[in-house]
Amino acid sequence: MGDVALVINGQHITAQEGTTILDAARGAGIDIPTLCHHEDLTPFGACRLCTVEISRGGGRSRLVTSCAYPVEEGLDVQTESDAVVKGRKLILELLLVRAPGVQQVRDYGRRYGADEDKFEADPSFCILCGLCVNYCAEVKGNHAIGFVGRGVDRQVMFLPGAVEDICSKCGDCFTLCPTGVWPSNHDLALVPHSG
Amino acid sequence: MPRLSSVAELDAHCDDLVAAQDASKICVTICSGTGCHASRSDKVYQAFLDQFDHHGLDDQVDILRTGCHGFCERGTIVTILPQDVTYMRVKPDDVAEIVTKSVLTNEVVDRLVHHDDDGQGVLREDDIPFYKLQSPAVFGMNRFIDPQSIDSYIVRGGYSALAKALFQMSPEQVLDEVKTAELRGRGGGGFPAGVKWQTTRDAPGDIKYVVVNADEGDPGAYMDRSLLEGNPHRVLEGLIIGAYAIGAGQGFVYVRQEYPIAVDNLLVALDQAREYGLLGPNVLGSGMAFDVEVHRGAGAFVSGESSALMSAIEGRVGEPRPKYVRTAVSGIWDRPTNLNNVETWATVPLIIDKGAEWFTGIGTENSKGTKIFSLVGAVTNTGLVEVPMGTTLRQVVFDIGGGVPGDKKFKAVQTGGPSGGVIPEEFLDLQIDFDELAKAGSMMGSGGMIVMDQDTCMVDMARYYLNFLAEESCGKCVPCREGISQMLDVLTRICAGDGREGDIELLEEISEVVKGWSLCALGGTAPNPVLSTITHFRDEYEAHIRDKRCPAGACKELISYYVDPQKCQACMICLKSCPAGAISGGKNLVHVVDQDLCTKCGACLDACPSRFDAVMVLSGVPVPEPVAPGTQVTRKRGGASG
Repeated sequence: MGDVALVINGQHITAQEGTTILDAARGAGIDIPTLCHHEDLTPFGACRLCTVEISRGGGRSRLVTSCAYPVEEGLDVQTESDAVVKGRKLILELLLVRAPGVQQVRDYGRRYGADEDKFEADPSFCILCGLCVNYCAEVKGNHAIGFVGRGVDRQVMFLPGAVEDICSKCGDCFTLCPTGVWPSNHDLALVPHSG
Repeated sequence: MPRLSSVAELDAHCDDLVAAQDASKICVTICSGTGCHASRSDKVYQAFLDQFDHHGLDDQVDILRTGCHGFCERGTIVTILPQDVTYMRVKPDDVAEIVTKSVLTNEVVDRLVHHDDDGQGVLREDDIPFYKLQSPAVFGMNRFIDPQSIDSYIVRGGYSALAKALFQMSPEQVLDEVKTAELRGRGGGGFPAGVKWQTTRDAPGDIKYVVVNADEGDPGAYMDRSLLEGNPHRVLEGLIIGAYAIGAGQGFVYVRQEYPIAVDNLLVALDQAREYGLLGPNVLGSGMAFDVEVHRGAGAFVSGESSALMSAIEGRVGEPRPKYVRTAVSGIWDRPTNLNNVETWATVPLIIDKGAEWFTGIGTENSKGTKIFSLVGAVTNTGLVEVPMGTTLRQVVFDIGGGVPGDKKFKAVQTGGPSGGVIPEEFLDLQIDFDELAKAGSMMGSGGMIVMDQDTCMVDMARYYLNFLAEESCGKCVPCREGISQMLDVLTRICAGDGREGDIELLEEISEVVKGWSLCALGGTAPNPVLSTITHFRDEYEAHIRDKRCPAGACKELISYYVDPQKCQACMICLKSCPAGAISGGKNLVHVVDQDLCTKCGACLDACPSRFDAVMVLSGVPVPEPVAPGTQVTRKRGGASG
């Protein structure tokens, strides 16, 4: 694999072919916010926060997620353009509906000027970033947790039986959870259900 | 069953089938598509069998259960050949009369034939205005064949396009023909099929796949369903031709489990094609190896999205993937995969058979050929309609569709399903093609066309679609999951009369991010119903928000039913029709709706005789004080009996 030359925020960068814009940017010290990204995992593309604006040769720009988009020769990337900042602000406002107490979301919210009260809060402990689910499946090969339901009813659940047999001995996903609530959720899942 | 291992054998088999036909023998064809099936065409079929048995006609008359004819609103449709008389809305009880008159003798059962506006009977199906103005190139064969019989397809020239492709053309020539025909994908995007085929053909790798997307899920749309049910071999023939051009050895059909007739007919078709040697290790003796697997979808709208569909075929959850490599290059199990929808594949044999020039001779500059639409909603003739690209919306809705029933006024037509938009009256002369519909703020989509009259509220309609999309969003990415949910909340409060100043702008703000930032096309197009109604019917949004008024009289929280005391004739009809017991009054006494008890179901409005026209829908104005109990009605001149 050869090297690819691209420009990020006006900075000329060389990156190895096949790396993502996100990795190239972070390698050059440019910070791009992410919630669902983990270096050991396949890009999941769920939080959309890492969206950047790309163009080529002064042509029409478009929005892509930097966690999944591979670097290309001659690419011009803007990680904090007006369109990007505007979108991130709204994404964070939408996330604050579900996760008003999650520190990482609040920090990013402040960075992008998100209005906490734009939408009515409907709190849940989980931001559905999928880090636990994907880590369990891809790195641990356990598939002990998974997504259930769709749309706003989507949630993360332990596979029946897995909590005692697998999760109690592992717990690697606990530290990945940006909400910090996952370990106690595991403890709750261990409590035998009545009836 | 014959095993066909050369073109000569296919031709000979076709000749045998033609020779065995007796054009003078009476044949009764019964439409057995989904619409007619719902009208109990199976019972009609059984009634014919019983009648033939009764009259000892079993050997003298053929009976054929065909695919969908398209005029679904008039099912069950029965045609008697060679007399060529078509009967509509046939019920099992009508069959004895049809057999006695139309089969045993040469009479016509006048009450069951189509009657035009001046009451004249129309005997031939082709002469009925609904059909006369169509060009059913792709869909037309449906009504002449038994979808469960491969011979029924072969005798009408079926698989001759495959024979031509395999033995007279190179894969490159087939691909060039499809490119030259400028065939654009019928599933929604309108992407040039030939270009996509070329990408998969050129992609590195020995193993390649071709896939039929039969995950049709737009509310009110059933074009693909009726094609797959009614003529599965044409879809299959197109797929095999595509596989030959692309160099694929394996095909998949992703079909909804909720389409049971389509699944059944498809499985029968695949078995027959295998037995005939049209699928398998040596297709028609050409040396090409190709087979097809059916994957039944478990009912998720998002699975129609290409990467989600491919995940589902792999056995994973049908959710989109965040890849920037096209599925044409890296699809199922990372192999190059070409996905087209049912109608696109079904068009391919025609292009190979008749040539690209024939195809480009139909349609507009940028959209060639014909397109099937499902014409539903507030339109007189509901059904499937195939017209050349470039036909105007007015022709489809009014000339073919017969316009809006009753004395209601046309308001808009919604095209393109949940990803599409509304097109108001001033655009009725727009020529239907991919680009013109997009210019008007809507899209072709897969061909859904829902006609709406004055009683449809555009805000409520947008709310309906957003509700559909909120339920169908997989929930993976934030803008789609949370954004659509927030938009739905805003629309719900506007419809409930709780809209606020700035809500329209808020909808536009969320729309921009949901459109631009979502992972897949479900979210990417989800705001369209909202944006297009804001564009064309902003005044309706403003009426709801500012005046707390629903101009269409549809949003329950914003309307009241009221009996006009000047018009009420105390006929008791509305009073009796009210399921909530909210209407008081009596013989000679003005009827009064109790606003606290009224559930806004509208039964009184429907029940009030049109000659009285006394029930009104009020919105945005206070309901007048009810008349004093015991107030007598003012009789109309000429009198109305109580």
